[in-house]
Amino acid sequence: MSRHRSAGPAATPHVLDGLDPAWSRLIEVPDAYEERRESNTWHVLDSLGRLEELGAQPVGTILCVHGNPTWSYLWRRLVAASTEQARAGGAAWRVVAVDQLGMGFSQHDSGSDPLRTLEDRVADLGRLTDALGLTGRVVTLGHDWGGVVSLGWALDHPDLLAGVAVLNTAVHQPETDPIPAPLRLTLQGPVLGPATQATRAFLETTLSLADPPLRPEVREGFRAPYRSADRRRGIRGFVADIPVEETHPSRTELDRIAEGLRDLAAPALALWGPRDPIFSDRYLDDLADRLPQLDVHRFEGAGHMIAEEVDYASAVLTWLGDLEEAHGPEARPTAEPAVAEPAAWTTPPLWHHLESQRASRTTALVEMAPPVGTGPRTVSWRALARRVDEIGAGLLALGVRPGDRISLLVPPGADLTAILYACLRVGAVAVVADAGLGVRGLTRAVRGARPTLVIGAVPGLSAARALGWPGERIAVAPLPRALARTLGARRSLRDVTALGAQRLAGRTLAELAPTPGPRDTAAVLFTSGSTGPAKGVVYTHGQLAAVRDALAATYGIGPDSGLVAGFAPFALLGPALGARSVTPDMDVTSPGTLTARATAAAVDAVGAATMFLSPAAIAGVVATADALTPAERDALTRVGTFLSAGAPVPLDLLTAAEALMPNAEAHTPYGMTEGLLLTDVSADEIRAVAHAADSGVCVGRPIAPVSLRLSPLDEQGRATGALVGDPGVTGEIVVAAPHLKDRYDKLWLTERASRRTTGEPAPEGLRWHRTGDVGHLDDGGRVWIEGRLAHVIVTADGVLTPVGPESAVAGSPLVARAAVVGIGPVGTQQVVAVVETVPGARRPGLAPEGVADDVRARCPVPLAAVLVVRELPTDVRHNSKIDRGMLSGWAAGVLAGGRVTAP
Amino acid sequence: MTAESTTVLVTGASGFLGRAVVRELLAQGPAVRTLQRRPSGVEGATDVLGSVTDPGAVARALEGADAVVHLAAKVSLAGEAADFERVNVGGTRTLLDAAVAAGVRRVVHVSSPSVAHHGSSITGDDAAPADPARARGDYARTKAAAELLALGRDGDDLHVVAVRPHLVWGPGDTQLVARIVARARAGRLPLLGHGAALIDSTYVDNAASAIAAALAAVDDVHGRAYVVTNGEPRPVAELLAGICRASGVEPPRWRVPAALARGAGAAVEALWRVRPGDDEPPMTRFLAEQLSTAHWFDQRRTREYLRWQPAVSIDEGLRRLAAHSASA
Repeated sequence: MSRHRSAGPAATPHVLDGLDPAWSRLIEVPDAYEERRESNTWHVLDSLGRLEELGAQPVGTILCVHGNPTWSYLWRRLVAASTEQARAGGAAWRVVAVDQLGMGFSQHDSGSDPLRTLEDRVADLGRLTDALGLTGRVVTLGHDWGGVVSLGWALDHPDLLAGVAVLNTAVHQPETDPIPAPLRLTLQGPVLGPATQATRAFLETTLSLADPPLRPEVREGFRAPYRSADRRRGIRGFVADIPVEETHPSRTELDRIAEGLRDLAAPALALWGPRDPIFSDRYLDDLADRLPQLDVHRFEGAGHMIAEEVDYASAVLTWLGDLEEAHGPEARPTAEPAVAEPAAWTTPPLWHHLESQRASRTTALVEMAPPVGTGPRTVSWRALARRVDEIGAGLLALGVRPGDRISLLVPPGADLTAILYACLRVGAVAVVADAGLGVRGLTRAVRGARPTLVIGAVPGLSAARALGWPGERIAVAPLPRALARTLGARRSLRDVTALGAQRLAGRTLAELAPTPGPRDTAAVLFTSGSTGPAKGVVYTHGQLAAVRDALAATYGIGPDSGLVAGFAPFALLGPALGARSVTPDMDVTSPGTLTARATAAAVDAVGAATMFLSPAAIAGVVATADALTPAERDALTRVGTFLSAGAPVPLDLLTAAEALMPNAEAHTPYGMTEGLLLTDVSADEIRAVAHAADSGVCVGRPIAPVSLRLSPLDEQGRATGALVGDPGVTGEIVVAAPHLKDRYDKLWLTERASRRTTGEPAPEGLRWHRTGDVGHLDDGGRVWIEGRLAHVIVTADGVLTPVGPESAVAGSPLVARAAVVGIGPVGTQQVVAVVETVPGARRPGLAPEGVADDVRARCPVPLAAVLVVRELPTDVRHNSKIDRGMLSGWAAGVLAGGRVTAP
Repeated sequence: MTAESTTVLVTGASGFLGRAVVRELLAQGPAVRTLQRRPSGVEGATDVLGSVTDPGAVARALEGADAVVHLAAKVSLAGEAADFERVNVGGTRTLLDAAVAAGVRRVVHVSSPSVAHHGSSITGDDAAPADPARARGDYARTKAAAELLALGRDGDDLHVVAVRPHLVWGPGDTQLVARIVARARAGRLPLLGHGAALIDSTYVDNAASAIAAALAAVDDVHGRAYVVTNGEPRPVAELLAGICRASGVEPPRWRVPAALARGAGAAVEALWRVRPGDDEPPMTRFLAEQLSTAHWFDQRRTREYLRWQPAVSIDEGLRRLAAHSASA
C-alpha cells in the first residue's frame, strides 16, 4: 500500500530497437525509507532468463546503473553482447540493468513526494539487489550520475563486489572549480523546471550529444519512457539532486563515496569519452587519483554518449575476461607494470653527467640559432647543471610534486634541454608533444595528457590558450605584461629560475629533491598518428636510461663525443650521454629546411663525430650541398657516423649524403615511439642486400638488448600466431627490450592488445610489445619491414603485405612515390596502386595508360587499378609514413564510381 | 556423372556464349543437342530448330536428353514487357516442365548478376538472391523471376544450379565488343562518370568452362546461384580501352560531359539504339549503372564449389581478341 499516490506506475516498455522483451522484469521492492512508502516497483533488464534458456551458469552479475536522463535502454548492447558470449560458449555474465526509481519504466514519484537524494538512491539500489537475491560476484557499471550511485552500492557491498566499471562520471566536485557551464545553466532555478521537466530540452540535448547522431529508432528508444511532463519529473529531480554546494542534502553521501573509493581495492575500469561537456577529463583524473588500480581507456573522439559511440560492451566483457583469467581480484596485477624490475638504479640515471660534470667549464650544449641574440650560444656543463637546478627548485617552489605532468611546448635547444632535465630530476613527468603532430594532434595529445603545467614559447602558449588546453602556463621567455595576461602565462621561466635560486639558497637540487627511482614515470611521448589519433607513450626513468644506454652501446657515443642533434627524441639525450650536443640552425617544425652549410657549421662547433637527422633533414642537406665552401666541406669530413631515424630513407639519398661525408658510415636504425631503437643497418649492408629476393625494406639486425620475434599472420591477415624466430615467416614484429615503453597513456585496450602474445615468454623482467609492423627475418637474421599490420591486404589468393609491391612499383621511372592498398571485403580484396608520378599529376584519377602499364608490369601481384594523386597523404612529423588506411578508403570511393577528389 | 554417356540439350546455342558452351561441352565428350530458332553453326552438335516457348519443339529437343543447359532468353534493349515475360519466364517454365516429363535429372540455368542488382555499387559481394521486385528493367526482372522459378524446381529428382556470368566478351562477340568498337570508331563511345568504376567481366571461354563445370558439379552444388567472372576487375575505362585497342580502334577520351553522366540511362539507351534483335545485350539503365558504378564480385565460393578456375586472363583474352581482329 502506498502512503503516497504514485505518479506513474511501473510498466514494461513496448517493442523498441535493440531491446529483447524477454529481458524486462518488474520487481516490487521495499522502499529504502519505509515512512515514505512501503514498496516501489522497479523495471529492470535482466538477462538471467535468456541465460537459463541457454543452459548457461552465470559466473557473476554486471549491475548497470544509467544516469540522467537515460534509462536501462543505455545498456541494451551489453545485455545482448554478454548473452551472445554465453551462447558462443564464453563466460556467462548475467546483466541486470536497472531503471532508477522515478526514471525509465520504474515507478515514478508524484509531485508531493520528497526528492530522492543520492543516499536514497544508493540505499534503494541495495534494496533492489537484496530483492533480486544477487549473490556471488557482482561488477558494477555506471554512467553519468548512475556512476556515483553504482560506486556507492559497490562500497556498501564489499562481500559481493568483484569490480567496478564506469563510463563518463564524477564523484567529486572541488569547491574551487566551477561547475561545468552547461550544467550550471541547467541548475539555475528558473531554468531547471522548464529545461528538465516541462519541455524535453534536457533529454533532447543529451541525446544530441551523440556523434555520429543516434539513429531515429534509438532516439525513440531513449525517449520512450519520457513522453509526458509527468514522466519527466524524475529527470528534474535527478538534476536538482546534483550536490553542487557544501550544504546540499546529497553532499555528505557524495563525499562518503568519493573518500570511500580511496580504500576500494577491487579492480576498476573507466571507459571515457573525452568530448563530454560535463564530465570532462578532470573528473577522470580525479577518479584515477582515488583508484590507483584504475584501468583507463580514453576513446578519442567519443563523448558523453560513449555507450552509443564506441563498442563499450566488448571492452567491458574483455576486461571481465581478463579478471577471470587472473582468477579473481586477489591474483590480478595492478595497472602498474607487473615487471619484476629492481627498484634500485642499475645504470646511472639520466642526469648522472649533470652531477658528475657540474664543476666543468667544458661545453655541454651549443645552440647555433638561439631564440634570442645572434650567433651560437654555448652552454657549459657547469652552467647547464646550475640552470637545471634552478628550474627544478623553481618547479618545487611552485608546488610541483613527483608524478605531476608538465607539458613542454618549447622548441629544441638549450632551454628545452634544461627544462626537461629539471622535470626529470624532480620527478615530474615531461609531456613531450611536438609540433610534428599538427595542431589538431597536438591539442588531442595535450588534452589527453592533462598536464598541471604548460611551459611554452609564444606559439605553444597561443595554441594552448586558443584551444583551451589544461594546465597553468609558464612562458619560456619573459613576455610583455599584456601578452602574458592574454596567454594566461602568469610566470616566465625567468620567474621560475628566480624562485628556484631562492629555494636553493646555495644548495644543489639533489639536496632538495629525492632521487626518482627507475620505475617512476619520467615522460610521455607521442606516436606520429599516421594510423589514427596520436597515442601517448609512457616511459619510466629506467626505460629512458636504457634508451640512452642502447644508443651509447650501438653507436659508441659517450663523454667526449660530439653530437649534431637534429632528430628530436635522440637530440634530448645528449647530456644523458655525456656528449657535447649541438642544435643546428633549422626550423624544427620543418626538418627539410636544414641546409648543408648549417650542418657544417654545427659539426664545426662541437667537432661532431655523430649526427642524428631525420630523412627530410638529410634531403635538405643533400639538396643544398652546392653552396658549401671548401672549409665547410672539410668540416663535414669529420662526421664519423650519421643516423637517419624516424622513417625509411631511400638508398640513393643515403649514398648522396655519404658523398658529402666521406668518412661517415650511414646508418638507418629502425624504431618507433614505443621503442626508439630496435634494429640497426648500415648503408653498405643495405647495398649488399639490394638484390635479395626478400619483400620489404631491410632494416638490419636487432641491436644487442632487443629480442625480436614474429607473430605469424593467419589467413585473415591477423597476427594470431605464436611467436617464432624463423626466417621467411611473415608476421607482426614483436619485441622486448629494457628500453621499450612502459605503457600507453590511458589506452587500456591498446595497451592490452600490444602486450598479448602466445608462445615463448618474454625474457626475464621484460614483456613483449607488438609493434603493429609486419615483416620477416632473412637467413642472415636481418629484419625486413613489409608494412603496417593494419595495412595488410587479404585477396582471394592470400595475405599480401604492401611494402614489397610498393618498392617494385616505385622502381618505375614514371613513379615518384607509391602506395599499395586493398579495397573491398577482407578475403577477396582487390589490390590498387596509388602513385605520385614524375612529373606530378595535375589531378587525381586513373593513371594514364603508359603509367598504368609500367606499374602493372613491375608489380609482383595483379592490380585491379592504378590511380594517380598529386600527393600521397602522410603523417605531419615525418612527411613519409603513408596513411594507407585513409588511402584505401579514398581508392574504394573512386573505384566505386564516386567523385574523384584528392585523397 | 560420366560425361561420355550423356546427352546435353543446350538452348540458345546460336548466341555468342551459347556457341562457346556447345564447343566446350563437345570437347568434354557428351553428345550435344541444341534448341534455337537459327542453326547453331557448331560442328558436331545436333540442332533442333524452334523456340523454348513452343512445347512441341522443346519436347522434341529433349528426347533422350539427360541434362539441360538453358541459355535461351530475350536480352534485347527494347521490346514489350510481355515478350520478355513470355520468353524468359514462360520459356523457362515450358522447358522445365518438359524436362521433368522427359526424365532429365540435371539443369544448368544460365542467369545474370543483374537479377540481384538494385542499382548501387557491388564491391566484393557474393551472389545475392534474385529479386524481381527490385531488379532494373524488363530483362533483369524477368531473368530474376526465371531464376527463382528454376531454382524453385530444384529437388531430389531434378538438380538445378544457376550460373550468372558477368559481362561476357571475346572474339566473335557481335554484341558487346562489336558495339563498343563501332561506337568508338565513330568517336561516340561515351564513358559515364570518370571511367574509374571497377567492373568485373568474363572472357567468353571462361564463362563457357564455368557453365560446363557447373553441369559437372551440379549434383553437389544444386539449389544455388553462382556469379562467374574473370575475378580481375578493371576500371571501366581501362577495360573498354583494352577492347578498343585489341580491335584496332583508338580508345575513347574519357572526358565526359557531366550532363551525359547525369542522364546516364537515357544517354546510353540513345547512343546504343540500334536495330533491335532477339539476342541484343541489355543496354538499359541497368548497363548505364554498370558502367558508372562498381560491380565486382567475391569469386571464392564459385571457384571452390564449381571446382573451376578461369583459364584465360583478361590480358590473354585481349591478345586473342587482337589476333581475331587482325585475322578478320
